[in-house]
Amino acid sequence: MSSLARLAPRRQGAKRKRNEAILAYAFLAPALVALLVFTILPLIIGFVISLSNFRVVFRDWVGLDNYVRALAPDSELWPALGATLTYSLISVPVQLFLALLLALVLYQKLRGRAIFRVIMFLPYITSTVASAAVWARLYSPDTGLINAIIRSVGGTPQKWLLEDGGVFQIVASALHITNWPTWLNGPSLAMVAVLIYTTWVFVGYDMTIFLGGLGNIPSEMYEAAKIDGAGIWQLFRSITLPLLSPTTFFLSLVTFIGSFKAFNHIWVMTEGRNGTNTAAIETYRQMYQFQRAGYASALAFLLFTAILVITVLQQWYGNKRVNY
Amino acid sequence: MQLATKRVTKVAAPDNQLNRPSPALYVVLIFVGISALLPFVWMLLASVKSFGDYIFVDFSTAKNTLRSFWPWVPIGTDGPAFGNFAEAIRRIDLSSTFRATEGYPLFLRQWMNTLVVAVITVAGVLFTSAFAAYAFSMLEFPGKRVLFILVLTTLMIPEELLLVPRVIMMYEPLRPEQAAGVDAIIALIPRFGWQNTLAALTIPFLASAFTIFLLRQYFLQVPKDLFEAALLDGAGHLRYLAQIMVPLAKPAMVTTGLLQFIYAWNEFKWTQLVTRDLPQRTLSVSLQNFLQTDGGAEGQLAMAVAAMVVVPIIILYLFTQQYLVEGVSKSGIK
Repeated sequence: MSSLARLAPRRQGAKRKRNEAILAYAFLAPALVALLVFTILPLIIGFVISLSNFRVVFRDWVGLDNYVRALAPDSELWPALGATLTYSLISVPVQLFLALLLALVLYQKLRGRAIFRVIMFLPYITSTVASAAVWARLYSPDTGLINAIIRSVGGTPQKWLLEDGGVFQIVASALHITNWPTWLNGPSLAMVAVLIYTTWVFVGYDMTIFLGGLGNIPSEMYEAAKIDGAGIWQLFRSITLPLLSPTTFFLSLVTFIGSFKAFNHIWVMTEGRNGTNTAAIETYRQMYQFQRAGYASALAFLLFTAILVITVLQQWYGNKRVNY
Repeated sequence: MQLATKRVTKVAAPDNQLNRPSPALYVVLIFVGISALLPFVWMLLASVKSFGDYIFVDFSTAKNTLRSFWPWVPIGTDGPAFGNFAEAIRRIDLSSTFRATEGYPLFLRQWMNTLVVAVITVAGVLFTSAFAAYAFSMLEFPGKRVLFILVLTTLMIPEELLLVPRVIMMYEPLRPEQAAGVDAIIALIPRFGWQNTLAALTIPFLASAFTIFLLRQYFLQVPKDLFEAALLDGAGHLRYLAQIMVPLAKPAMVTTGLLQFIYAWNEFKWTQLVTRDLPQRTLSVSLQNFLQTDGGAEGQLAMAVAAMVVVPIIILYLFTQQYLVEGVSKSGIK
């Protein structure tokens, strides 16, 4: 009896601990079950499916055939990856450059900059399906706003989203240059139209992040450099740019990954026609139009291997260059 | 006195200027601002034009330019065609095999559907995440580290990889006689039979590793003494979470909740894959369907539908932009 009494506080402590653990598991259960069932499990299923010939129903196991087919020289993947790379390699630098420029302007004490920030963020929060539908009409060859502007200044109206021809080729033919080499055609005008739209959507978001980064740079550094007689360009080169590099690095990573996955607006504007059939579009088409679940899964895994490799390379390069 | 304080604060305030703003900068900014807004303005104006006015786009003279934007009185003779909205809604009904049997139009139903999906996912994510974040920050239990790493791992898995398998998980369950003929491994894949239901649009998205992580960061910053004090007052963990932690994490909850709402409102890819019947679909899919039917030919109606999709989100944004822009610029969340 007395030994039990002495044990009581200890047992109470153990009981409290056990109760706390039970409570913790109860708190965690909804989130963990949802993550397990709808994130971890699908990842495994996705890989299993990619080894099979699954079209609406399971047919048979094909091993790595889907991967072999996707990586074959004549597969749809290569032109699609080419389109994705074109999209990414143009959209990321253009977006970041314009966003940085705007952020630098807005960082100054300008009247109405708060309103401007709100306006610039607006395209980012609206449905890309809706805004892409609006832009598709702005690009309309006959009744579009953009061609109307071009006509009013005496330019040649373009087919924009319906144009398969390369931009450089179009410029060359406008300048009456014959024998323009095909390899210099450049991205299709449809792709450029999609890129302009992409910039419109994301530049405000990138700018907002850049503004956050600029706010973290201590103003004393500028003061000190100004006393030393540094000019605007020197301030930018030796203070702003290096101290902003973590933000720039973060943004380039996020926009790059985003550009690899870009889907909604391309689908609405062109459905992958006219040189805009990116890898993300191709993967979706395999599932949505052809119901090839196995092949689509294999494509998805390959696409994300590509993203992973590029991200790791970027990270590695960034660690060498970024000043933290 | 007032002047003096003003001068002091002005001197003390960090001087972020690189140089004095020049008028040219304002010209650039106004140009950029107009470019950002023009598509929205054009959409709103076009949504109430007649078809004839919609296809009239001519900037060759000042008068025609003005008419291209504003074809109504006093430049033209008619007023804005607000009937476009009703007409677009009627066309969406006509274009589908779904008839307005339930007494209200298909578009309205899809609109409500979208709202319900968005509200359920936002509420669900905030609910599951607040509890999980609380457990990870305030409670001790075996396996805490492993489970937290598990959550962080799911953060790195891209949604796109999960699309196809998730679609298969929405398929109808195999009937016993079917299951016998199916490969043993394939038979193990759970099939919930949620295609075409609200469940498919909400349940897979009720947890967010990112929100758990973010809220945990907030909860960790709350001093532990506060909990000891609450314990003396007789509060348990549940009450402490609801009355102290959640209010303290309000900025994070509002920002992630808003972004989640916007994301759900605009979602397209998944809904297109797992819904077949129009009444079950959400606005983005409805709009895309409309563009491929009537909306493709009659741009003013397409603009009217786009406006009905976009305007609610713009209104929500205007009321909450302070939180959103601040939240995004601080944490760099996407």
